[in-house]
Amino acid sequence: MEVATSASAAVIEAVNISKSFGPVPVLFSVSMDVRAGEVHALIGENGAGKSTLMKILSGFHDPTSGQIRLDGKTAVLPPNGGAEQLGIVLIHQELNLAEQMTVEENVFLGRETRSRGFLDRAGMRRAVQTYLDEIGLDISPADRISDLTIAQKQMVEIVKAVSRNARILIMDEPTAVLTEEETDVFFRQVEKLKAGGVGIVFVSHKLNEVKAIADRITILRDGQWIDTRPSQDLTPDTMAQMMVGRELSDLYPPMHEADVDADLVLEVDNLKAPGVHGVSFGLRKGEILGFSGLIGSGRTAVFEAICGLAPIESGTISLYGQEVAAMTVAKARDAGLAYLTKDRKEKGLLLDKKMQPNLTLFALPKFVKNFAVNQRAEEKALERAIRRFDVRARDPNVTVGKLSGGNQQKLLLAKIMECDPKIVIIDEPTRGIDVGTKQQIYHFIAALAAEGVSVVVISSEMPEIIGICHRVAVMREGQITGVLTGDHINENEIMRYAAGLKREELH
Amino acid sequence: MTMMTASEDGEAKAAKRVAVDFKTLGPALALLLLCVIGYLLNPAFASEGNLTNLLTRSAFIGIIAVGATFVITAGGIDLSVGSMAAAISGVMIIVMNNAVETLGTGVPTVLLGCGLAILLGIGAGWINGALTTKGKIEAFIVTLGTMGIYRSLVTYFADGGTLSLNFDIRGTYRPVYYDSFLGLPFPVWVFIGVAICGWLLLNRTAFGRYCTAIGSNEAVAKYSAINVDRVKTLTYIIQGLCVSFATIIYVPRLGSASASTGVLWELEAIAAVIIGGTVLKGGYGRIGGTILGALILTTIGNILNFTDMISNYLNGTMQGLIIIVAVLLQRSDWKFGKTPKT
Repeated sequence: MEVATSASAAVIEAVNISKSFGPVPVLFSVSMDVRAGEVHALIGENGAGKSTLMKILSGFHDPTSGQIRLDGKTAVLPPNGGAEQLGIVLIHQELNLAEQMTVEENVFLGRETRSRGFLDRAGMRRAVQTYLDEIGLDISPADRISDLTIAQKQMVEIVKAVSRNARILIMDEPTAVLTEEETDVFFRQVEKLKAGGVGIVFVSHKLNEVKAIADRITILRDGQWIDTRPSQDLTPDTMAQMMVGRELSDLYPPMHEADVDADLVLEVDNLKAPGVHGVSFGLRKGEILGFSGLIGSGRTAVFEAICGLAPIESGTISLYGQEVAAMTVAKARDAGLAYLTKDRKEKGLLLDKKMQPNLTLFALPKFVKNFAVNQRAEEKALERAIRRFDVRARDPNVTVGKLSGGNQQKLLLAKIMECDPKIVIIDEPTRGIDVGTKQQIYHFIAALAAEGVSVVVISSEMPEIIGICHRVAVMREGQITGVLTGDHINENEIMRYAAGLKREELH
Repeated sequence: MTMMTASEDGEAKAAKRVAVDFKTLGPALALLLLCVIGYLLNPAFASEGNLTNLLTRSAFIGIIAVGATFVITAGGIDLSVGSMAAAISGVMIIVMNNAVETLGTGVPTVLLGCGLAILLGIGAGWINGALTTKGKIEAFIVTLGTMGIYRSLVTYFADGGTLSLNFDIRGTYRPVYYDSFLGLPFPVWVFIGVAICGWLLLNRTAFGRYCTAIGSNEAVAKYSAINVDRVKTLTYIIQGLCVSFATIIYVPRLGSASASTGVLWELEAIAAVIIGGTVLKGGYGRIGGTILGALILTTIGNILNFTDMISNYLNGTMQGLIIIVAVLLQRSDWKFGKTPKT
C-alpha cells in the first residue's frame, strides 16, 4: 500500500525551484513533493530557505525558475493567499487571525454564508461548533480570539484551514510557541487530518518532534536540497548532521584566546523572569559569550530582563563584582550595559527618521549641553559613525527605512556603541543581511572584545556562534542546558543541547 | 543610459525638494493667501485694530495648541482641554470671589487665582497622563472621560448658570486681557512666550527629541533608554499648563465662566496642530506650523465677519474645509498602486 502511494500520488510538487530576492539567491534548484495523507517535515538551519520554499509552495512568492505542479499539472499559484481556493493553506508563524473578532467570524472571514441577504450566524456557528467538536477543542465559536491561548489560536487556524477543505496544509514552526502538553494535543490533531487525507508540510527545529510525527523529511542547507528520506531512516542526530555539514570559511576573524582569569564583569545568579526559569552565568572582560538555542528558548528574555526591558521575578545580577538592583534601560546604559535588539525595524530604529536622530537617540544625554541638544556634536558623531561602521547611504539625509538591511544593522550597532558600553549584548547580529556585511560585523565584534569590551552574541545561526564565540551557552525552555568551550563548540553538540537530547547538570 | 538615469535622479530630487518645501511652507502660504483675500474683500481687515484683535483672539487656541503639539507628537491626544479650561475658570472665579474677604480685591487675589489655575492645569494634565501611561488606557478614551467630567463640574459649580467674577477684582484683573505692552496686547505676548518656549523645548532639547521618538515608534523609544511613561505624562502636563495660561488670560475677558466656556476648543486646537503639519498619529511635530494653524483658523472667522458673501454661520464649514484640504495637501503618497508580488 505504501508503495502504491508513491510519487504519482503527489498533490503538489515543486520541481527545480530557484529563487532570488534581487541579487541574493536563496534557493538553488530545490525539489519537494507532498502527498495526500502524509506529514512531510522540512528542516534546516535558519536561513536555509525553508520559509521561502513554503511561501513558493503556497503562492506567496513566485519562483525565479522551476515550476509548481498541482495534481501532476504545471500550475501558477494565485498570489496573496489565493491558493487557498485550490486547497493549499499556509499557516504563518505569526498567526493570521483578527484578534478582536470571534472564532466563528474568523473561521468564516471573507466567505460568510448568507441567508436572505443577512449573515446566517446560526448556520455558521453550527458549522464551527462541528469543526471544534471534531478537533476536540474546548472553546466556543463565540469566544474572542484575543481571549484564547496561543495553542488555541493555532487550533483555530487549523479549523479555518479544514473548513476551507484544505488538501495541503503548510505550517511554519507550529510548535515553537507550544508547551509539551499543547504539542501533544496538536499532534493528535495532525494525525486526524492526516487520516482524512490532508497532506501536511511541517517546519520545526525540534528534531525529536520531527522524528515522532513526520513520514518523510526533506533537509535544506544554504538554499540547497540535501535529501528527502522516510523518517524511519533518520535519527535526530543524523538530521542535525545533515542540516549542518559545512566547513567554516574565513568569514570569521581569527579568534583571540580569551583570558580565562579576567575579571567577571557580569554575573547572573538564578535569574527568573517571564520566559526565564532560573538562569545563571558569568561574563568575563574581553570575552565573547554566545547564546544559542531554538527560537523562543528564552535567550532574548534573559537579556531583556537584565537590561531593564522586562521585569525580573527573582535572582541576582552583579556588575563588575557588585550586586545591582533591578535597572531601567537608562541605568543599565549608564552602567555600561547595552542591548542591541534583533528586531531592528520594530524596536531598533525609527524608520521614518534620518540617520542622525537615530544614531544619537540611545546616548542622547551625552549630547546635551545647557539643556539643549548639541546638534554640531551630533553631526560630528554621525560623520565618525559612518566612517567607523562603514555605513553606506547615497544621501545622509535619507530616512533610515530606505537603507538596506545591512546598513540599518550597522547604524543600529553604531547607535548602541555611541554610549561606549563595557558590555554589549547583540541579539541576532546578522539577521537578514548579506555576507559582506556579516563579515564586517564579525570583525567588529572581535575587535571590540580585543579592546576589552565583553560581548554577548545571541544567535540562531550556529556557524556564527561557533565562528566568533569563546564560550557558548545553550538554552532550552528558559534554562541554560549546557555551556560549551573549546572543541566542544560544534554544531552537533549545540544541536543536542538545544533540542533537549542532552543536558548538563549545572547546579 | 547612465546620463539618463542621472538626470532622472536629479529631476526626482528636485521634485521631492519642491514637495517638502510646499509641505513646510504650505501653512504660511495659506495664511498669506487668506490675508490677501481678507484685504481685497475689505481693506479694514488690515487695520491695526483688526490685526491686534485677530492676534489676541488666536492667543487662546494658539497657546492650547502649542501644548497639543507635544501630546500629538508623542502619539497621544487630549480631548479634555476645552472642558479643562472651563473647569479651571470656574474654580478660579469661585476661589477669587471667596478670597475677597481675606485678601481684598487687589493683586494678591488675582495672583492667588492665577497660581491656582497653574496648579489645577498641571494636576489635570497629570491625571490624563497617568491614566494613559500607568493605567494603560487609550488617550482618546481617558480624555473623552475627563472631558465629560470637567464639563459637568463647571455646570455643577455654576449651578447650571454662570459664575461671575467679583466686580472689583475684575477691575484689577482686566488689564491682563485688555492692556498692551509695546503696542501688542498682553495675551499676544503670552502667546509669543509660550510659542518660543514650546519651539525650543520641541526642537532643541532631549525632551523634544524623546517626544518625537515615542510618537514615531514607542518600542524603539523604550529600547533606546527613554522613560516612555514619564515623557508621555510630561506632554499631558505641558498641555495642562498651556490650558492654565490660556485660562488666565481668558477669564478677565468676560469675567465669567459657564457650561459654554471653551466649548469645542479641543477640536480647534487639534485642527490648528494638524493644519500646521504635525502628524496626527505622532512622530513629527511643528510648533511653528501650529501657530500658523491657530492664526489661519481665527483669520477665517475674522474674514467672514467682514464680508457678506458667506454667512458668518458657515465659519465651521470653512474651518472644516481648510482642515481637510490641509491634510490632503500634506499627503506625500499621491501615487496609488498595487504592491507587487515578490
